[in-house]
Amino acid sequence: MVSASGTSFFKGMLLGSISWVLITMFGQIHIRHRGQTQDHEHHHLRPPNRNDFLNTSKVILLELSKSIRVFCIIFGESEDESYWAALKETWTKHCDKAELYDTKNDNLVNIESNDRWVQMRTTYKYVFEKYGDNYNWFFLALPTTFAVIENLKYLLFTRDASQPFYLGHTVIFGDLEYVTVEGGIVLSRESMKRLNRLLDNSETCADQSVIWKLSEDKQLAICLKYAGVHAENAEDYEGRDVFNTKPIAQLIEEALSNNPQQVVEGCCSDMAITFNGLTPHKMEVMMYGLYRLRAFGHYFNDTLVFLPPVGSEND
Amino acid sequence: MASKSWLNFLTFLCGSAIGFLLCSQLFSILLGEKGDTQPNVLHNDPHARHSDDNGQNHLEGQMNFNADSSQHKDENTDIAENLYHKVRILCWVMTGPQNLEKKAKHVKATWAQRCNKVLFMSSEENKDFPAVGLKTKEGRDQLYWKTIKAFQYVHEHYLEDADWFLKADDDTYVILDNLRWLLSKYDPEEPIYFGRRFKPYVKQGYMSGGAGYVLSKEALKRFVDAFKTDKCTHSSSIEDLALGRCMEIMNVEAGDSRDTIGKETFHPFVPEHHLIKGYLPRTFWYWNYNYYPPVEGPGCCSDLAVSFHYVDSTTMYELEYLVYHLRPYGYLYRYQPTLPEHILKEISQANKNEDTKVKLGNP
Repeated sequence: MVSASGTSFFKGMLLGSISWVLITMFGQIHIRHRGQTQDHEHHHLRPPNRNDFLNTSKVILLELSKSIRVFCIIFGESEDESYWAALKETWTKHCDKAELYDTKNDNLVNIESNDRWVQMRTTYKYVFEKYGDNYNWFFLALPTTFAVIENLKYLLFTRDASQPFYLGHTVIFGDLEYVTVEGGIVLSRESMKRLNRLLDNSETCADQSVIWKLSEDKQLAICLKYAGVHAENAEDYEGRDVFNTKPIAQLIEEALSNNPQQVVEGCCSDMAITFNGLTPHKMEVMMYGLYRLRAFGHYFNDTLVFLPPVGSEND
Repeated sequence: MASKSWLNFLTFLCGSAIGFLLCSQLFSILLGEKGDTQPNVLHNDPHARHSDDNGQNHLEGQMNFNADSSQHKDENTDIAENLYHKVRILCWVMTGPQNLEKKAKHVKATWAQRCNKVLFMSSEENKDFPAVGLKTKEGRDQLYWKTIKAFQYVHEHYLEDADWFLKADDDTYVILDNLRWLLSKYDPEEPIYFGRRFKPYVKQGYMSGGAGYVLSKEALKRFVDAFKTDKCTHSSSIEDLALGRCMEIMNVEAGDSRDTIGKETFHPFVPEHHLIKGYLPRTFWYWNYNYYPPVEGPGCCSDLAVSFHYVDSTTMYELEYLVYHLRPYGYLYRYQPTLPEHILKEISQANKNEDTKVKLGNP
């Protein structure tokens, strides 16, 4: 009797594992197959052509530098306070304005829910209502992300914020291309406008989860798709991602361990915008490595000019 | 009979539920983020030598950040190139047979390429790497002996090929462009040497071995001469201290390597250990060793830093990326250092000459 129930137990385990595998694959394959028959392009966005501005006057270029106004939203929960303190003291000083939303101890937006998608869309609504008129680009990042706002502005400065842009590091999930929140999400003012119109009026942006929970970045992509806003993967002139979801050290180690016998080319773009997975200490090191440490005798003739923030020591 | 099949069915259901859950758990664990597993290493002895890296991840492969020269089309390196020819530096890297592939390889792939000449010094010769064989043993007590032999080798074979002679470890990262800026104000015929200055034991101070130190041509001549004339002893287990004592005996000045606003350029640790307030505990030897008032936080380190020490392989590439590649576009740096007068004159002369050539219509 014991051996009989034993074998049926193991048969059951086997069936359970197989059915889990099948269900997961079914979700991916089925939708992917449908996706390939559709006309779906992977969208890329690259920085402007350097040569377009060789003859533009200095005055106009300075005005251009000032005209790109970026609002930074740091969104998420973190285990300790030191993350929020570090963010305030480091890269967010380079945003035109930054707001930090701790979804665990929120006393700013008063989101009464633990659902990440509800929190995210409430935050976007709040930001648009309060700041939508004064800024033309809205950048959302996790508390573990470090962003180089100057490089973000360089990527964006020839783009018209009254067009629907939705940029970052994209991933394809079936027939949905979405921007991963780990790399940072950039929305133009027009995209924010359309998003908020949908959030105001309809239920189209309610939870789209079927079997298990869809992450909030996928939900955002689905919602924006209804408004005709499509994700684009941001890259440099060589086609390398500028929004990174991992820290520099990890990108280096992965590149090297994948090709142990070769000399690989550099892991990361010169004009990288984000890295994710940084601790507060690593953010302080990035401030020094990025805004201060450099090699003497190397000069650049850049189109834009960005001044260091007032009253700051670490940049 | 019915109850038995009912029991079987029940165990079957249990099994399938557990199998299902196990798989999903396994999957989420595999996808889970790997935490930062680097231990905080504090080096408890100023003259500590590197213990064998047991368990340290051995980086296979190499990365060449300079392969993408197209990203640097907008970069003007005229001044850096001018300094390369004006301030010639020979670098020798202290290493050993076991560390050629583990550490020295990554030095060779990154900063060593910017030396006017680089030599890897080991106890035994390696024709493939290539590494010079000093015919010594390996080990902590051999370091000073290796240093003496290395400088003697350089003096014998390369004295006229450089103006300055740098010693570094295979876990030191050096920014040659910034070293050239520092040295451009000095004359290599003067007896002087630079590094991270420590105050104990030697009246004029001595330079930390790991942070790297650089001797003028005259200083090198005097150092080699000291052993021919027995003014300095060959034996010591503390390389940097012994060298510092010998320098003082031979009247070689211990220079001030700080930048024009007093910030240190040679660093005995990685940037993080200097930048984070409270990282190095107050009881740590470092606070009593530094010749100049030690600073932690953003004031610790010059924008034009020359070296960092205890740099592991990954951090070598990370520093290479941060110094020579990643930059904030259009950013106006706060610290704007200038070149000494005589170099500025030279550059404007060179430009003037080019202009007249054009005017005269020379091909």
